[in-house]
Amino acid sequence: MYGKGRIIPALILFLGVMTSPMWFKSADVSKMPKPEKPKDYTECVAPVQEMRTSHMVLLNQWRDDILREGGSRIGKTANGTEYVRSLQNGCMKCHSDKKKFCDECHNYTSVKPYCWDCHLQPKEAM
Amino acid sequence: MDSKRRDFLKIAGLSAIAGIAVPSAFNSLLKGEALASEHGAAAAGAHGAVAPTGKRWGMVIDVKKFSANPGLAEKCVSTCHAVHNVPDFGNKKDEIKWVWVDSFNHVFPDDSSQYKKPEALDSMPILTLCNHCDNPPCVRACPTQATFKTKDGIVAMDYHRCIGCRFCMAACPYGARSFNWRDPRGKDANGQPFIKAENPKFPTRMRGVVEKCNFCTERLAIGQIPACVEAAAESKALVFGDLNDPASEVSQMLKTTFTIQRKPSAGTHPSLFYII
Amino acid sequence: MIEKALKGSTGYWVWMLFLLSLMGVGGLCYVQQFNYGLGITGMSRDVTWGIYISQFTFLVGVAAGGLMLVLPYYIHNYKAFGRIVILGEFMAIAAIAMCLMFIIADLGQPMRAMNVLLHPTPHSMLFWDMIVLNGYLFLNVLCGWVVLQSEYKGIKYPKWIKPFIYLSIPWAISIHTVTAFLYCGLPGRHFWLTAILAPRFLASAFAAGPSLLMVIAMILKRTTKFDVGREAQDKLVTIIGYAAMLNFFFLGCEFFVAYYSQIPGHMHTLDYLFFGLGHGEQVYNNLVPFMRASVVMGLAGIALIFVSRAKQSDGLLVISCLLIFFAFWIDKGLGLVLGGFVPNMLDQVTEYYPSAQEIGITAAIWATGFFILSILYKVAISVKLEKEA
Repeated sequence: MYGKGRIIPALILFLGVMTSPMWFKSADVSKMPKPEKPKDYTECVAPVQEMRTSHMVLLNQWRDDILREGGSRIGKTANGTEYVRSLQNGCMKCHSDKKKFCDECHNYTSVKPYCWDCHLQPKEAM
Repeated sequence: MDSKRRDFLKIAGLSAIAGIAVPSAFNSLLKGEALASEHGAAAAGAHGAVAPTGKRWGMVIDVKKFSANPGLAEKCVSTCHAVHNVPDFGNKKDEIKWVWVDSFNHVFPDDSSQYKKPEALDSMPILTLCNHCDNPPCVRACPTQATFKTKDGIVAMDYHRCIGCRFCMAACPYGARSFNWRDPRGKDANGQPFIKAENPKFPTRMRGVVEKCNFCTERLAIGQIPACVEAAAESKALVFGDLNDPASEVSQMLKTTFTIQRKPSAGTHPSLFYII
Repeated sequence: MIEKALKGSTGYWVWMLFLLSLMGVGGLCYVQQFNYGLGITGMSRDVTWGIYISQFTFLVGVAAGGLMLVLPYYIHNYKAFGRIVILGEFMAIAAIAMCLMFIIADLGQPMRAMNVLLHPTPHSMLFWDMIVLNGYLFLNVLCGWVVLQSEYKGIKYPKWIKPFIYLSIPWAISIHTVTAFLYCGLPGRHFWLTAILAPRFLASAFAAGPSLLMVIAMILKRTTKFDVGREAQDKLVTIIGYAAMLNFFFLGCEFFVAYYSQIPGHMHTLDYLFFGLGHGEQVYNNLVPFMRASVVMGLAGIALIFVSRAKQSDGLLVISCLLIFFAFWIDKGLGLVLGGFVPNMLDQVTEYYPSAQEIGITAAIWATGFFILSILYKVAISVKLEKEA
């Protein structure tokens, strides 16, 4: 291959630089986010693992169902507790501290959802 | 294969494609039309107004009662704007309004003639808001279905989806839509927030999206009447209800009283009726 | 082939640097707009579309104008357009690129532009406009590049490209028709609500596009050895002249309908654009000088362009083409869109003036268009001259 002496080391260097965050961060368990769960409630609207991975999908489903299909604004948990299917008026009732709950993980994963450009977070916790 | 036969096959192939593609394209266009007018399928091609079936929220605005109660119209406006976190930028250019008070000449521009008494008409406070048309041009125009018609006749918006192209603002024949030219959560030069007091139960909007009256869907869902109607409840200047329920107060009123609608010639079939 | 754009005279580099500096300034303006919102422009609740969308509308016409070269050359086998047709195709590429940039500049939420694809909406004309514009961009990039590359290799273009070339012809009509449909399907906007809006758009497009092309061809004739040829020049004059006349015929039809019917809604915008609209105590007329100049320039341009052909005068040809181009730029790039918002839906008048940032962004998008155009033309002309030498 023409120019082998330069291309291969350069490629390795490039890959190394591009993947460097993985090498440095991957093993650091101490920096894992620990979102603070509400103390007065033990049950969420869906199992924890599902909420962890697809809460954003759920929010979009609620929105489209309520707004477009005229779906119910009230949902029921597995144990029969009623809740409001709403970020601002539902989720934040229990998870009343955005900083300690939402931001904890979002900052860690560098996700910047624009929820709070419109939705208001509970005042008392601000 | 000689060239003529090949040419023929080419043409035949192209015609077949056109034959398949064109009707389906038309169908999707017409489907869009049906979507825009929801239950209006029966109205397609029909001469004159054919009312849709199902629930359809509507409102009668009794202008005489507003004239008799000075300040009532303004109260309706401020109630609505407070409930829905509508910002006040303090200038006309950036203005956002869901409901406002205007003069007869502006609300009914086609209806003003030389010999109508402008003084009497001009002093009438006429409440103006989204007409929640049965055949809304804004819904037809929106390229993302960010604005759409719900099953109960409300022209609603999903602010998450709006790209801010403002095609709906060009399309609305009533000037009922506003755009967030700047951040509604911002502060003016004196440090005063544009939204004076936030209602924690309702979201604000963000910069770069269109917004408008939602007929208080969020209140209807929990059994309340729209905020403006509630503010005018004492005088009954605003009557709200299901236009397709013959027993409802609005239906009774429309049966017994002569009302007018804004720009009926536009074919939009508004859900708002005015008693002048 | 693209490497041809990297070699050029000092003049070429000065021109490119000038365009880049305009793009830089406009880029800074866009950063401001992105951070503040569209409130930084002169647009308002009453005039919701400003020069971005009006430039977009005009440039769709410039792009569609390429049709006037493609059609005679490929369908009627009009050989005299052999040297100029590639210029038409490449101009369409630059014009569509500008159109797309103007749309993005006009969006309140540009990051969500892809929502148009995520939620396809066949009853929205903007959805169709997105399809036809991107399709036309694709067709012109494909056809222009393949044909030029074949020429570069010294072979005839491959057969498979022919259907794409034929497709690009109705497609050119469609881009301007659908763009007209954005406006003429809106109830309540009487000025736009006219069935001849699409024909009007096409007539002005077939005059303005080739006019710009002609001016550029004359500049190239001066600065390079590239000459499109006398016959092509004369033919283009005929096309521009008749298209421009057709445009004024259509405009006359609009005037007749409005003023003979005396329907107020139909007269108001024409009053505002050409005579000044009296409203209350005030007369609103900020576009009147422009619109009147547009008519005078357009008519003078039509007269002069035929004189230039009779006299075989290149100087006169450039002047008349510039007159026609700017006449239609005012007509569509200012009056058509801005006028439609006056008076507003509540019979009130708000006049629009673009802000400095808005003008900066607009200039930058034009500069970007010319930047793309310069690169494409540099490549095309280098290839053509090399093959002919």
